[in-house]
Amino acid sequence: MRFRIRSTEDFYAGLMFIGFGILAMIVARDYPMGSAMRMGPGYFPTYIGALLVVVGALVSAQSLRVRGEGIGRWAWRPLIGLCLAFLAFGLVMDHFALGFVPALLALIVLSSLSGRESRLWEVAMLSAVLIAGAAGLFIYLLELPYPLFWWR
Amino acid sequence: MEELRSLFPNLYLGFSTAISLANLAYCFVGVFVGTLIGVLPGIGPLAAIAMLLPITFNLPPVGALIMLAGIYYGAQYGGSTTAILVKLPGESASVVTCIDGYEMAKQGRAGPALAVAALGSFFAGTVGTILIARFGPPLAEVALKFGAPEYFSLMVMGLMASAVLAHGSLIKAFGMILLGLLFGIVGTDVNSGMSRFAFGVPGLTDGISFVVLAMGLFGFAEIVSNLEQGGAKRDLLFQKIKHLWPTRDDFKRSWKPVLRGTAIGAFFGTLPGAGPTISSFSTYALEKKIAKDPSRFGKGAIEGVAGPESANNAAAQCAFIPTLALGIPGSATMALMLGALTIQGIAPGPQVMTQRPDLFWGLIASMWIGNLMLVILNLPLIGLWVKLLTVPYRLLFPAIMMFMAIGVYSLNNQALDIYMTLMFGVLGYVFVKLRCEPAPLILAFVLGPLMEENLRRALLISRGDPTVFITRPISAGFLVATALFVLVMLAPAIRKRREDVLEEEPQQA
Repeated sequence: MRFRIRSTEDFYAGLMFIGFGILAMIVARDYPMGSAMRMGPGYFPTYIGALLVVVGALVSAQSLRVRGEGIGRWAWRPLIGLCLAFLAFGLVMDHFALGFVPALLALIVLSSLSGRESRLWEVAMLSAVLIAGAAGLFIYLLELPYPLFWWR
Repeated sequence: MEELRSLFPNLYLGFSTAISLANLAYCFVGVFVGTLIGVLPGIGPLAAIAMLLPITFNLPPVGALIMLAGIYYGAQYGGSTTAILVKLPGESASVVTCIDGYEMAKQGRAGPALAVAALGSFFAGTVGTILIARFGPPLAEVALKFGAPEYFSLMVMGLMASAVLAHGSLIKAFGMILLGLLFGIVGTDVNSGMSRFAFGVPGLTDGISFVVLAMGLFGFAEIVSNLEQGGAKRDLLFQKIKHLWPTRDDFKRSWKPVLRGTAIGAFFGTLPGAGPTISSFSTYALEKKIAKDPSRFGKGAIEGVAGPESANNAAAQCAFIPTLALGIPGSATMALMLGALTIQGIAPGPQVMTQRPDLFWGLIASMWIGNLMLVILNLPLIGLWVKLLTVPYRLLFPAIMMFMAIGVYSLNNQALDIYMTLMFGVLGYVFVKLRCEPAPLILAFVLGPLMEENLRRALLISRGDPTVFITRPISAGFLVATALFVLVMLAPAIRKRREDVLEEEPQQA
């Protein structure tokens, strides 16, 4: 009899658990195990990791038996777009130190572009309103210590 | 009589703390913003609290907690409003409200449905407040006698309960718990001072920040999966809400379901790991079963709104009992509240009640005030909430992203937290695709270090003998209860029913 994966989401979920479990056990090898009576820093993570491998194997095994809905398509555009938005916010704030307003502008524009239906004037309006609101709330009212622009 | 006397000074202290101008303002802001966010699609109470947590950092501890509690009920209540008006539950606890609430709205009776939901919730909230005031302190007294083995077993029980009650496969939920425990112990080990799983990242030696994890898993991931579905589609009933007040007949039909819902909610809320969702489902099932004419259900029966709405509010309220009295959160949301407490420099646990009575009783009093504000705020403001529902998602999610980014960045004023949120966001999306429920993970994440510490202590006093967990009666009791819970849920008949109940939920919940 040939094995067939009936539920791809369970199959990969199981692999994910196994992966995390093995990673935990490998990394924890650098920490002293100790004994049950005097647990070292490696004791708990090693056992949790081992349990995770067992659970992962069970989940994967189950995927051969129980039919699932399948993983479906991945939403690459929103995923990458929103990642870039956060990345840009972090870079502009810390590495380029251009200030709060440019960072928010980058964040809002990139976020908007991750959706399928963005309109230019709408994004412009939204950015203006949100940035003005955020500057008022966070910088003036809550007094977060961020410069609005690079010159101040 | 004796009890009343001891109850009153406490509640008096509570009300005198809560009714300061500043605290009333925090409560109001919390309830208002909570409702606002709860009404928006795709953000549940958990994400709402996570998003607004940083705003409370600069507040005094009492004020911060009062505001967060306000956000919690507000979001809970906002979820019911959308369930009734647009058949979109803001969070899973109001899924059943959709069934009859939306039908009522279609018949032009949205007003009475909303009013009954608000009044029922208020009643349930009042009862919940009294229960906390009555049973919190004795429970904390018992908890002070708990040793490490008892705490460990109690946490095992809470975690297993959260796995059993999560939707989807039990074994996957168990895997998520283990993963959460692992995430929880990242950082410096308190006993050896050794930095674990930090991978050379300087920020990780302090551990993964709770806010970062919650925002990634619940905020970021949710937006991605909402966009995947092309934004939430809504069919709003555009007719004006005319009469708000329920008729005499509505009241006559509702009061018993409200009482029963409150009782069921209080029971499930107090159990660690259970919560509002299971309470509202059970109440709906019960009401349908004992109704004289069950065929009315699903066609706009007011009992189907009154019961579950009271139940989820009672449960939301009573979830504070284990959280405050034992220091062990019963749900992911409660875990966030405890996280807030820790950030404020207060170690959660039974000692909070004696060491910070103003905090404890002030919070309890403010719960009641918050519930009152919800009734006053929601009924007249329904028009505003309805307007808010018409805002398209493409304008909402950039705003949500902005609040998340500022919130996360303001934790330590460093971009590293932003990048970490991003990583957990991607992981959270993977969880969504693999149908892994993240709520048990969050709970386990908070309990992880506590569990390790108590396991370590328990085995130290027992000289490495693991039977200590079953030879001490209270600890054994918790473990037996856990085993029964799991066995009962694995029994084929119940398993099927559990699936029926949980399957009814639409995807976006």
